[in-house]
Amino acid sequence: MSLQTWTYLTVGLTFLLYMVIAIRSRATSTSEFYIAGAHVHPLANGLATAADWMSAASFISMAGIVAFMGRDGAVYLMGWTGGYVLLALMIAPYLRDFGKFTVPDFIGDRYYSQTARLVAVVCALFVSFTYVAGQMRGVGVVFSRFLEVDINTGVVIGMGIVFFYAVLGGMKGITYTQVAQYCVLIFAFMVPAIFISLLLTGNPIPQLGFGSEMKESFGGGYLLDRLDGLNEELGFAAYTDGVRSTLDVLCITAALMMGTAGLPHVIIRFFTVPSVRAARKSAGYALLFIAILYTTAPAVAAFARMNLLNTVSNAAYIDMPEWFRTWEATNLIVFEDKNGDGRIQYVADAAVNELTVDRDIMVLANPEIAGLPNWVVALVAAGGLAAALSTAAGLLLVISTAISHDLLKRNLMPGISEKQELRCARIAIFFAILVAGYFGINPPGFVAQVVAFAFGLAASSFFPVIVLGIFSVRMNREGAIAGMITGITFTALYILYFRFYNPAADNADNWWFGISPEGIGAVGMLFNFAVALLVSRYTPAPPLEVQSMVEDIRVPGSNRPD
Amino acid sequence: MAVRPFRKNNINATGDKMANKKQYWRDNIRLLWILLGLWTFVSFFVSIIFADGLNEVRIGGFRLGFWFAQQGAIYFYVVLIFVYIWLMDKLDARYEVDEESLHRRHEEN
Repeated sequence: MSLQTWTYLTVGLTFLLYMVIAIRSRATSTSEFYIAGAHVHPLANGLATAADWMSAASFISMAGIVAFMGRDGAVYLMGWTGGYVLLALMIAPYLRDFGKFTVPDFIGDRYYSQTARLVAVVCALFVSFTYVAGQMRGVGVVFSRFLEVDINTGVVIGMGIVFFYAVLGGMKGITYTQVAQYCVLIFAFMVPAIFISLLLTGNPIPQLGFGSEMKESFGGGYLLDRLDGLNEELGFAAYTDGVRSTLDVLCITAALMMGTAGLPHVIIRFFTVPSVRAARKSAGYALLFIAILYTTAPAVAAFARMNLLNTVSNAAYIDMPEWFRTWEATNLIVFEDKNGDGRIQYVADAAVNELTVDRDIMVLANPEIAGLPNWVVALVAAGGLAAALSTAAGLLLVISTAISHDLLKRNLMPGISEKQELRCARIAIFFAILVAGYFGINPPGFVAQVVAFAFGLAASSFFPVIVLGIFSVRMNREGAIAGMITGITFTALYILYFRFYNPAADNADNWWFGISPEGIGAVGMLFNFAVALLVSRYTPAPPLEVQSMVEDIRVPGSNRPD
Repeated sequence: MAVRPFRKNNINATGDKMANKKQYWRDNIRLLWILLGLWTFVSFFVSIIFADGLNEVRIGGFRLGFWFAQQGAIYFYVVLIFVYIWLMDKLDARYEVDEESLHRRHEEN
């Protein structure tokens, strides 16, 4: 069968599966719509959290980024997994015991302040919208490349699918579709990885394969040594060496970790399980399922880099295989024969280099580069869609709850009935999908950059306030608001200055202590902590009922929601 | 309900309840310091600050600093969370705030 047929088949079947699940899990109350009635099994929640978390960026872009960054790519691998330790140990169990629906719920109640609640709503909306635009774009790219439909048509189809199960089932529908989506995406990621590992090294486990020797037919020798050698030959840094300054790597890793632990769409997943213990367990399961992909990605990265260098380096342009031309047609591979010798010079020196390869294509093109069968390539398309759609749905739910619950029910219109609130939630999710789709079709040029910075902003605003809210009884409204404003203002200004106002100065010489805008969130977070602690010392302690609420969420079972 | 024999951590006895809550929290915090200390050591020291030095050591085709940064740290995080779950289960049981005890008390009241 042709690639096209295979792709239609796998994508069609997975979409059918999501629809069936959606019809079987309709939501009838706000509790079901917001938190799936808090009846989700920890294992199911672990699977759903993993799919919720791993977006188009994890599935499509990450291995490609690591392939081009070498060891420094570990900032993403560690940053996006290490945050789960913080989430499991410092946040998820306590917020579960608090037992409400959203993150602004916690911040508004804990800091007895509508201002704090509003600040939290605005942050949640900002972070979620930038993120979701990226997902919709990912959906469009996969559709256009593999089903050869227009990117815009792809986005509209994606919107339709998400609309169907998110509006119908809310969190309940989203949870069980995410479980299915995890299975699809992990299968789609692992199968090509195992194939390529076998092909290059004869080892079926990619995690071990990229530390093994290459087959004789590929010239033997340890794969990573060969890669170090090839990289250096072409003027790049050795693959297993770090290039960035140690302080910058520390800051970026920390900012991604704390940002992960502060992202609302991940935190709310822990409201859906029945108990504190279940919240801890499902954080463990979630990280286990995420780790399967995250430990495979660096192996895929090394294989992809090896395959790419082997195929293109100093090879004649006319000998390039078919995948090279297909991606050239999308402008994601660009070849410019500067010295006119008809061969591809792919080197570090920009003046001599003739080939530009978009990092995003590495995972999508990898099976083709390795010459794998068509059904494997088709599987990757279905996996990319599962990753993008599952994350988009989780984000859309945060947006809808922020509006119907935090803004309307808890702030502007406290008198509305549950039925009205549920209707508002459905309307909100409908409009959120339209907005997300609009940004997917007309992406503002800065989306990709802003998504990366969303972590810095979450780290410097949400993370300290949530942690202090649990671990310091004395932390009060004044401290929290001052801390949030300081952290996010500092971080946002630093990023805006270097990325948008004065991009010419955006290099290590001008950065503060050599910390890049990606890593500045870690510093913003420290400022947030410092300011919050300082201000709270000189302002009145929180009211007694808030203090006893904090004492309560520290011990399981003190607040029983039912 | 019937008279229950006195037990060391019987948090149903109202007088002890607050003291027990405080002690539970102190034990919990101590556990967090230890686990997060290990987390910091592996994430920031082993995988980043000492990575160049560790790269001199080789295991098979991996240089050790590189392996920790791209593989080892992630395996360590998974193990760390499951150790935490296990230790917290024990702590909960000792202070009778595990699910079984909570459920029993809920029924009794």
